[in-house]
Amino acid sequence: MEYILIIISAVFVNNIVLTQFLGICPLLGVSKRISTALGMAGAVMFVMVLATIVTYLVQIYILIPLNIGYLQTISFILVIAALVQLVEIILKKVSPALYQALGVFLPLITTNCTILGVAILTIQREFNLMEGVVFALSNAVGFGLALFLFAGIREHLDLMNVPKALRGNPIALIVAGILAMAFMGFSGIV
Amino acid sequence: MNQWNNFTKGLLKENPTFVLVLGMCPTLGVSSSAINGLGMGLATTFVLFMSNLFVSLVKNGIPDKVRIPSYIVIIAAFVTVVELCMQAYTPGLFKSLGIFIPLIVVNCIVLGRAEAFASKNSVFSSMIDGLGMGLGFSLSLTVLGAIREFLGSGRIFGISVYPEDYGMLLFVLAPGAFLVLGFLMAIVNKINKA
Repeated sequence: MEYILIIISAVFVNNIVLTQFLGICPLLGVSKRISTALGMAGAVMFVMVLATIVTYLVQIYILIPLNIGYLQTISFILVIAALVQLVEIILKKVSPALYQALGVFLPLITTNCTILGVAILTIQREFNLMEGVVFALSNAVGFGLALFLFAGIREHLDLMNVPKALRGNPIALIVAGILAMAFMGFSGIV
Repeated sequence: MNQWNNFTKGLLKENPTFVLVLGMCPTLGVSSSAINGLGMGLATTFVLFMSNLFVSLVKNGIPDKVRIPSYIVIIAAFVTVVELCMQAYTPGLFKSLGIFIPLIVVNCIVLGRAEAFASKNSVFSSMIDGLGMGLGFSLSLTVLGAIREFLGSGRIFGISVYPEDYGMLLFVLAPGAFLVLGFLMAIVNKINKA
């Protein structure tokens, strides 16, 4: 039951992109076509779950015993950067097909704030490892959902006659605002 | 004169938020009131200034291949400094900015300026650039925060302008952030084109 609550809360009610404002850059950057949006979402899901597990272990077995909790930010970002590199190298060797699909997006992920954000939130909310994994997975699904919906709308937006000053990012932000309004309908469920 | 241009370009012509469209997450996330926006802006300014300074100091000693990770370590160190200082001196602001303070590390403006400017220019111009960009970011965050606070709760910097009952709550919540920023960006587009 607890897991279901975490999932519904992270995917719909507190959607990481549309209500928490994390990962806006990929939302604006790679949402021009549905296929790239799905590729990005896949890469984020992969790295987010891995990063959450590793940073959780770093926090429990290194930072807390040594009493150096204030190094959390610096050590987490290093772990994430190293992990992304590692995933890239391993993927290239083990599964070239998957590397082809996700490859372009992997370097972008280091500076994607959803990864570091979810890793820190997992610690802040005092989840255990299993809950952390579920939390990361459902946040990645929420991220993918928002990106997918947004890309679908933007594909249609290309065909519309938008006023000149609003073209590009302004209209994309306004669309995201309306989408966020729709997601407000979920608030209060959990 | 050259340094003056260097300083002012961040304020309007290359404003990080409205023109370069960098650092969107904190922009949208913390601009629910003018004071939050200003606090976040100043924290980012400090990090930008210090990281630009240090990156330009050590730029010749860092091998090209590991430059991005080294920049990230420098930035993360200053973010930790800001985090600890804010926790100690402004606990209220620290709480309301929450997770966005550690996330300054992954704010694309900071890494962007380190890579695009500080790694190529002299120490002094890098400091000026960091300061200008940071203040430009603070300015846009404060404006955005003030507009949202005014429309949403009838206050600016916490000072009541009209009764709160007439405010549109929507603008303090998530959708308002997107809408106000979208229209502000369109206005800046219009001004820059004209």
